[in-house]
Amino acid sequence: MSDSTTTDEKVLQLVVNRGEAGDERGQDVTYEIPRVKGMVVLDAVLYAQGHQDQDLAVRWNCKAGKCGSCAAEINGYPRLLCKTRVEDLPADKPVRVQPMQTFTRIKDLVTDVSWNYEMNKQIPPFTPREDKEWRWQQRDVERAQEMRKCIECFLCQDVCHVIRYQRSNKPKFAGPRFFVRTAGLDYHPMDALDRAEFLKKEAGIEMCNVTRCCTDVCPEHIQITDNAIIPAKERIVDQFHDPVKKAVKGT
Amino acid sequence: MERTQVHEADVLIIGAGGAGLRAAIAAKEAGARVAVVCKSLLGKAHTVMAEGGIAASLGNVDARDDWKTHFKDTMFGGKYVNDWRAAELHAKEAAAEVIQLERWGALFDRTDDGKILQRRFGGHTYPRLAHVGDRTGLELIRTLEDTAVSKKVDVYMEYTITRLVIDNGRVVGAVGYKRDNGETVAFRAPAVIIATGGAGKIYTVNSNSWEGTGDGQVLALRAGAELSDMEFVQFHPTGMVWPLSVRGILVTEAVRGEGGLLTNSKGERFMQRYDPERMELSTRDVVARAIFTEVREGRGSPHGGAFLAINHKPANFVRQKLPSMYTQFMAFADVDITKEPMEVFPTTHYAMGGIRVDAETCATRIPGLYAAGEAATGLHGANRLGGNSLSDLLVFGRRAGVSAVAYANANQAGPLTDEAIAAAEQEMNAPLQRQSGETAFEVLEELGSLMMEEVGVFRTAESLGRAKERLAALRERARNVRASGTRTYNPGWHAAIQIEGMVALAQAIAASALMRTESRGAHTRVDYPKYDDNLQRVNTVSHDDGSGLHVEFRERAPLPEHLAELIEKVPA
Repeated sequence: MSDSTTTDEKVLQLVVNRGEAGDERGQDVTYEIPRVKGMVVLDAVLYAQGHQDQDLAVRWNCKAGKCGSCAAEINGYPRLLCKTRVEDLPADKPVRVQPMQTFTRIKDLVTDVSWNYEMNKQIPPFTPREDKEWRWQQRDVERAQEMRKCIECFLCQDVCHVIRYQRSNKPKFAGPRFFVRTAGLDYHPMDALDRAEFLKKEAGIEMCNVTRCCTDVCPEHIQITDNAIIPAKERIVDQFHDPVKKAVKGT
Repeated sequence: MERTQVHEADVLIIGAGGAGLRAAIAAKEAGARVAVVCKSLLGKAHTVMAEGGIAASLGNVDARDDWKTHFKDTMFGGKYVNDWRAAELHAKEAAAEVIQLERWGALFDRTDDGKILQRRFGGHTYPRLAHVGDRTGLELIRTLEDTAVSKKVDVYMEYTITRLVIDNGRVVGAVGYKRDNGETVAFRAPAVIIATGGAGKIYTVNSNSWEGTGDGQVLALRAGAELSDMEFVQFHPTGMVWPLSVRGILVTEAVRGEGGLLTNSKGERFMQRYDPERMELSTRDVVARAIFTEVREGRGSPHGGAFLAINHKPANFVRQKLPSMYTQFMAFADVDITKEPMEVFPTTHYAMGGIRVDAETCATRIPGLYAAGEAATGLHGANRLGGNSLSDLLVFGRRAGVSAVAYANANQAGPLTDEAIAAAEQEMNAPLQRQSGETAFEVLEELGSLMMEEVGVFRTAESLGRAKERLAALRERARNVRASGTRTYNPGWHAAIQIEGMVALAQAIAASALMRTESRGAHTRVDYPKYDDNLQRVNTVSHDDGSGLHVEFRERAPLPEHLAELIEKVPA
């Protein structure tokens, strides 16, 4: 990183909230990192790891915004470390990085996200129809394709206050990521299932009160609230709470 | 010492990218107990970064396409050192695999008449790549992941395998460690499939994810298996150049597939001079050398690359066909590709070489050990065509899964002894016990720049000779690296465990490159600029019997008549 294209001698103050498992508060450790034009926060973290504390734990894979591994909180805001440029952050104060707060810490910036993988297993899988040819127009799949852009960084899960401030909600609330995944299945032109009952009963979608935080943090710009959650809520209202249907059923 | 937990399976699969997951599904469908072990979280493997598409002769856009043309293109692209049987099987089975993926829920872009859309790519005679914009790898891995999950395949996430255990000449399992708590883990299985991907991280400038450290090739080499064609390292012509932070990140070939134009600082479409017939859609080896040459001769862009423009196409078209490229350049380089050209330069992308396997079964020479995907070799010869990688994962992932189950059904698991586990554990712990020495990061930095300088796009006997010496010294240093801290999620320790293997692979690359005294595909010898017909018949084979690395040539069986007649002309 100490390349000749370094634009100035200025040093970036990088503050990493470090800690072992069980230490949720952690401890802030400051690193001095050479500023390089165009650098992202992950560059700074990896510089600290490579040159100062080689056991500094951070989860990352592609460093190109495609895999969603390096989710963390930068200056308190949930973001991908690899997609956040240092130049876009305030230059007059340190850059502070902490792990996602909704998940328990494994070490330093790495959290235990296994709950997401368990939740995923409960979603009724893709179930193709048998009465239809495998042919459709591009416009028929665009809705589902938007949902399938998700890179599973879990930033939407991290920011969601239903679980962020009450972790005990986790067993009964799937979170935005899985409302998106379920929508991707329900919108598939060949899928035979309707997952409204799953969303209501097992995924707890009615606990969401549409604050749109998930949509704000999505690095893929998926319209989670408008295109996944609200349509699902409307279907649930139609199927389970429609007063006309209820009245008809009641007779 | 506490007793290490030993997991039992019929088929152990190392790696959860496209090949590993496809193998897992095939093995599970065949009734086996399957364990998939992956170094990262599920769904994060390097496959997720694949962009342009999956090559398969569906013939949806041009009905003239068929497996024969796909076979011919693959052999021509590979400059005829491919394993022809692998190329034949791949060409014949890729289309069915794409359709299978759709049946599992993948949503490809569509033609006007509602079929799977296919796009043009370098070296493919017809539009052949099934795709989803420029995020095809994500679609592929998510579809396989969801399918494997719904079939209840056991996945062990963030486990790193450090040793295969061999007993009486056959594989009996593997030992490694679990990242989140550092514990040693062991797997006992009669059949093991290596699907760990490539080794691009050996070079400083590369398009690979964190995982691309050649773990599987190292495991195989140490276990006594053979590697082949290690000299053939693909430099993808178009990686990002600037800013430094993103140097090497892939710019998909789909940009050229959708009509992108390459120019130099004089505004010339320089491909005219290198391949006037195919121009921008020439094979990757040719385009990479062309860009390298333009820059070296002083006709480069401001940051030392070539210009790649797509801004002559409508902005909506660009954003729809190349959404990730649009975002990538906007986010990282402040370049709006709908308005201005990109700057690109070759980046280390793909290992054509790897573990030597039988094309039909994906079996290595060690009973019970299989390999598929980028970790294996054969299909791509001296140069891989774009789009042939994702189809490779599917075709040979499935084949490896099926063969491994057949083997496991016929053979009991062998003994995985406490001694074998203890030996692997001791080896893992060594870097933590050293009181002095360099860190693995220091050795890795030097390895990367050494390979760029001496074993890069252009090679000579001198550069490769220097590489040989420098690598031997580096290997010694890699053996003695030191790590600090505990075994819990410790990246310095993790790097220390794998660094010597990376140097060993680099040695195999350099030694094979020195032996192949000709230029063919991705392997360019400045001192031997032409094809040598005698070397078309052979592949390099690397192995290590414990006394050090040996590299030799091995002759291929000649093309059978039914395939030979498909190939019209041998390149001049």
